[in-house]
Amino acid sequence: MRLFIWLVMAFMLAMPARAELVIEITRGVENPIKIAVVPFRVKSAGAFDVDLARLIESNLERSGQFVRVRRDTMLSLPGPEDQIFYRDWRAIDSEYTVVGSLERDTDGLLVRFGLHDVYGERVLFAERIPGSSDSLRDIGHYISDRIYEALTGLKGIFSTRLLYVSAERRSEKDQTFKLILSDADGGRPQTIFQSSEPILSPAWSPDGSRVAYMSFRGKRAGIYVQTLATGEVQKVSDFPGLNSAPSFSPDGRKLVLTLSRDGNPELYVANLRTGQLDRMTNHFAIDTEASWSPDGRSILFTSSRGGKPQLYMMNVSDKTVKRVTFDGDYNSNGAFTPDGESIVFVHRTNERFHIARMNLKTREIRILTETDLDESPSVAPNGTMLIYATSDEERGLLGLVSMDGRVRVRLPSVSESVREPAWSPFFN
Amino acid sequence: MSILKQAKTVGIIAILAVLAGCAGQVNESAQTSSKVESAEDRAAREARQAEFLAKQEAAKTAEQLRNSAMAADTLFFFDFDKSDLKQDALDDLDAHAKYLAADRSAKVRLEGHADERGTRAYNLALGERRANAVARYLVIQGVNRSQIESVSYGEERPLSLSRDENGWSRNRRVELIYQ
Repeated sequence: MRLFIWLVMAFMLAMPARAELVIEITRGVENPIKIAVVPFRVKSAGAFDVDLARLIESNLERSGQFVRVRRDTMLSLPGPEDQIFYRDWRAIDSEYTVVGSLERDTDGLLVRFGLHDVYGERVLFAERIPGSSDSLRDIGHYISDRIYEALTGLKGIFSTRLLYVSAERRSEKDQTFKLILSDADGGRPQTIFQSSEPILSPAWSPDGSRVAYMSFRGKRAGIYVQTLATGEVQKVSDFPGLNSAPSFSPDGRKLVLTLSRDGNPELYVANLRTGQLDRMTNHFAIDTEASWSPDGRSILFTSSRGGKPQLYMMNVSDKTVKRVTFDGDYNSNGAFTPDGESIVFVHRTNERFHIARMNLKTREIRILTETDLDESPSVAPNGTMLIYATSDEERGLLGLVSMDGRVRVRLPSVSESVREPAWSPFFN
Repeated sequence: MSILKQAKTVGIIAILAVLAGCAGQVNESAQTSSKVESAEDRAAREARQAEFLAKQEAAKTAEQLRNSAMAADTLFFFDFDKSDLKQDALDDLDAHAKYLAADRSAKVRLEGHADERGTRAYNLALGERRANAVARYLVIQGVNRSQIESVSYGEERPLSLSRDENGWSRNRRVELIYQ
């Protein structure tokens, strides 16, 4: 196999996608942290197109672990240099209060913010963040991460990104598929690849610099790896038959994927540098949807070798296979949690498809979602939530659910049907 | 001299006469041999005629086979998570197979599809299995593998958008498309 390189046209990278995701919380934890994010004071002339306080409170609320104190109940709107009267914040039941300001300066802009512990009556931290005017959303996500980490002890996921596929259908054979890259809150969506043929199975490289996906060039399916910074595209395979479901190895050097070039869908490991292929399965049933474990030793995959789709685990070094799921007649599309201790997958019960999680030690299964046709679970890099695809009567939607199933957030798209979400790793 | 001349002339005439006679004989023998060869000729002509008629007949049959193939259904449906051909698909598939076997220049594309239930990559594999089931049947009926191209679209190109068994059963299909 030879490796080819293409360049995706530069305009594709720059093209903003129309559909933005809107947050809609359906359920949260029982005792969320109450936080007041005071509107950031603008200290120079002219307005900014991002409301940082709104961005931060929406981020925190979307985690399910926080609830915002509404702006119109605040008794005062202090800036970062002002004195904070803690009793005013206790009066409106705020446990923590965030204050901030932003101003344009000669280098771009400067954001200041501080986090106050209302009951402890102290400043937890205060920071100055320089930036450029197009980095306001990045700064908002960074502040959200700092607050989240300080108050929960977990690393925040607000600066991570999402990949998903949108489809606009005019008729069966007239559709537009787009691979979209966005902020973790759905903001700043950008089309990074577009086709009139299906795009499937986007997957992140472990360092977040590249993405693999299946698409068609002409009428032929192939697996491609695209470098996000440059738009460079590397063809990994376009054999006759299936070329699908890629997943990166934890070292980023290999892809496990499904090929049917030998007549039947089998798993192969492709070395991205040499192009060498190693066949991993040999069974007349369907073997597909492989996902590499975080320690690199195992590959979780879907197989119909037992008659119905079930999940199986392969030991990468000796290619031995063990069945993992026994509960229900349809279990597929599995992925590991970042700690490698659990898997999430699509599980059918009572004719409905839901996302479930299984602890690999105890084998206990918990069903996390209750919408319909739920699929494509992808776990956030801090392991607290996953994003998945679901649908209403008309179109595909994305949803978030916490790993205990108690927090559920819908991310309805404005116009297009969306599916196949993939949550990025941490970038730092 | 004159006698000699005369003799020469007689001689020449005689030679000419002989030559003429020979020529006549040559003609005669040519006619004879042409009558001898006409049996082979007839056989060849008959063979040519038979070939022509056979070709005409074959063309007529191919045309008929083509017509019945074009009249046959090009959508073949499947049960959920299954890739076995249904009994009611076989008559139509036979019509396509006979035409494809009779006309080696004819080519088809088989597009395998799944309904929206189940996961997308699995459904892509399922769609391929359905296309392969149709391809295998055609090959057993005498179609060359090289006349068939297949591709799976999984659940990405539904015919029906109804979210019920009516819609799903229409979407679990293989489409046979002449190229």
